[in-house]
Amino acid sequence: MCSRREALLRSAQLASMLAGLGLLPRIVSAQAAAQVQGQAAPPTLVVAGATTAWNAVAFEAKSVADVMNALGAAMPVASAEVALTAPDIAENGAVVPVAVSVALPGVKRILLLVEKNPATLSAVFDVTAQVEPALSTRVKMGQTSNVFAVAITGDDRVFYASKEVKVTLGGCGG
Amino acid sequence: MPDPMRIRAQFTDGVTTVRVLMSHEMETGLRKDAQGMIVPAWFIQQVTAQLNDRTVLTAQWGPSVAKNPYLQFRIKGGAAGDRVTISWIDNRDETRTDSAVVT
Amino acid sequence: MDRVRGLRRVMRAMRFALAVDAASLLALACPVQAQPPAQPLAQPGVKSAVDGIAEYREMLADGNPAELFTAKGEALWKTARGPKAATLERCDLGKGPGIVKGAFVELPRYFADTGRVQDLESRLLTCMQELQGFDAAQIAALPFGKGEQSTVESLVSYVASESAGLPMNLPQSDASERLMYELGQRAFFYRAGPMSFACATCHGAAGRRVRLQVLPDLTRNPGDGLGMAAWPAYRLSTGELWGMQRRLNDCFRQQRFPYPGYTSPVTIALEVYMGVNAKGAASAAPALRR
Repeated sequence: MCSRREALLRSAQLASMLAGLGLLPRIVSAQAAAQVQGQAAPPTLVVAGATTAWNAVAFEAKSVADVMNALGAAMPVASAEVALTAPDIAENGAVVPVAVSVALPGVKRILLLVEKNPATLSAVFDVTAQVEPALSTRVKMGQTSNVFAVAITGDDRVFYASKEVKVTLGGCGG
Repeated sequence: MPDPMRIRAQFTDGVTTVRVLMSHEMETGLRKDAQGMIVPAWFIQQVTAQLNDRTVLTAQWGPSVAKNPYLQFRIKGGAAGDRVTISWIDNRDETRTDSAVVT
Repeated sequence: MDRVRGLRRVMRAMRFALAVDAASLLALACPVQAQPPAQPLAQPGVKSAVDGIAEYREMLADGNPAELFTAKGEALWKTARGPKAATLERCDLGKGPGIVKGAFVELPRYFADTGRVQDLESRLLTCMQELQGFDAAQIAALPFGKGEQSTVESLVSYVASESAGLPMNLPQSDASERLMYELGQRAFFYRAGPMSFACATCHGAAGRRVRLQVLPDLTRNPGDGLGMAAWPAYRLSTGELWGMQRRLNDCFRQQRFPYPGYTSPVTIALEVYMGVNAKGAASAAPALRR
C-alpha cells in the first residue's frame, strides 16, 4: 500500500519529469500531478488554502540549476529589483539571517538557496497578493557560500540577487 | 505535542508585521550523535499563514532552515483585533497551529 | 631549517598572544622565512571582522529563540508539578516569595533559610525540592538539557527575562556575600590544569580575543550585556539555552580543568566576583550568543 509520503514523492518526481519535458504548465501542484496519475489527490496541510505538496526532488537538488529544474522554472536573471540582505560574516553557520525584498509587481514565489549546502534549496515561499513580497528568516550554511534569493513573478519570469556570506564555523554538522 | 510558537503581529501604517518563532529541532539528517549514529532528518516541511480565515502565505521548507525557525513577513492591511494563524507540519507528520491577535 | 625556526618563532608568538586573526593564520599556513606582518583588526575602508560580527548579531536581535524557553519557563513556574504537586509561585528568589521581577540582577545572594549564598540555578533547585518535592541532588547530577535540567533552563530564562534591562545589583551586605567575593577573586586568578590557565588568562584584561570572539574583561564592569549580564543566553551554534552554570562548566572544560559540581561553591563564588564587578551593567539576559 502506497504511503502518503511515497505518493507525494512520486507525484513530485513525475511532475518535475513532465515539466522538464514541457508536458505540464510551470509550477505544478501535487493535486494536478496526482490527477494525471489517476490517483486521488494526496492530503496536505489540513488548513484551507494549502495545495502544494512538498517537492522532495527540489529539496534534494545539489545545484542552483537542478533546483530551478525541479521547480519547473527557468534559470534566474540577475535583477536589482530583488534585494537580499544577509551579513558579510556569519559568526556561526547554524543560524544565518537572510531577508528578501522584491520591488517587482506580481511576485508569486520567493526562493532561498545556499549554493554550497549539501542540498541547495533552503525554502520556497508562495506569496499571495495579500502579503508584501518580502520576508526574513534564518538558514543554515555549511560553509562560506553564495546565498541566492530568487523571485518568480506571475508570468513565470525568474529573477535573482545573490551575496557571498562568509561562515566562520560551519553549521550543518553540529 | 510540539511546543507552542511565539507569534507577534503588529499593525502599523497600513501593514501588519508578523514575527514568528517556532520551536523545532530542524535536524538535517547529516549530523552524527555522540555515538557516531546519524541523527535522522526531522524538520518542518510546510508552513501556512492565515489572516482571519484566509491563507496569505504558504511555504515549503527544507532542513537547512535554522533550528527554532524565525519568520517575519508583512501582510498588506489587516487591523488590530484580526487573528493571525500559523500552522506547520513536519516530515514526521507532526503539526502545530498557533494564533495571535494583531495589536 | 629556516622554515622550522620561522615556524617555532611564530608558535611562541601564538601561545602568548592568544589573539590570532584569520588572515595571519592563512599566512602561517604557507612556508615563510620571516614573520608575516601583523594584520590589524580594523583596516580603513574595509569592514573589520569585529564589525562584521556585530552586524551579524544585530540582524539576529529581533526574534531571540530564547523567547521559546522563557515562555516555557513561565508556564513551568505556574504549573503544579512534582511529588508535592505545587507550583513555584511561592519560591523566594531573594526579593520575597513569588517575586520574580528584579530578582535575577541581585543573584547570587545570601539566603537565611539555607544559610548560604546561592545563585539562580541553586535557588531554583532549592525551591523545586522544598515546594515541589523534587530531589535537588538528583537534578544537579543530570547532564545539561536532560530531564529536569531542561526545566531549570527554561525557568532560568524566564526569571532572567523578568530583569531584562535592569542594572546588575548584587548585595554585599552579608558577611558571607563578601567572603564569596574574596573566594571568587582568588578562584578567578587561580592557575591550574595542564595549560596553567585561569579565568584571568582570557578574561583578566581588556582587548583580548580568541579568534573572532572578543573576550570581556571580567575583573571590572565589562559593560552592558556582557559577562554576568549576558547569561543565560541562547546559543545559536547548538540551539540550546545556557545558564551561567553551564557557561562556567564549559569554561572549566576549555581550560582543561575537571568539571565543577553543578552549583558548587566555586561556581557561585566566581559568579559573585563577576556579578559584583559588573554592578550597574544592564542585563541583556536572556541574550543571544554564537
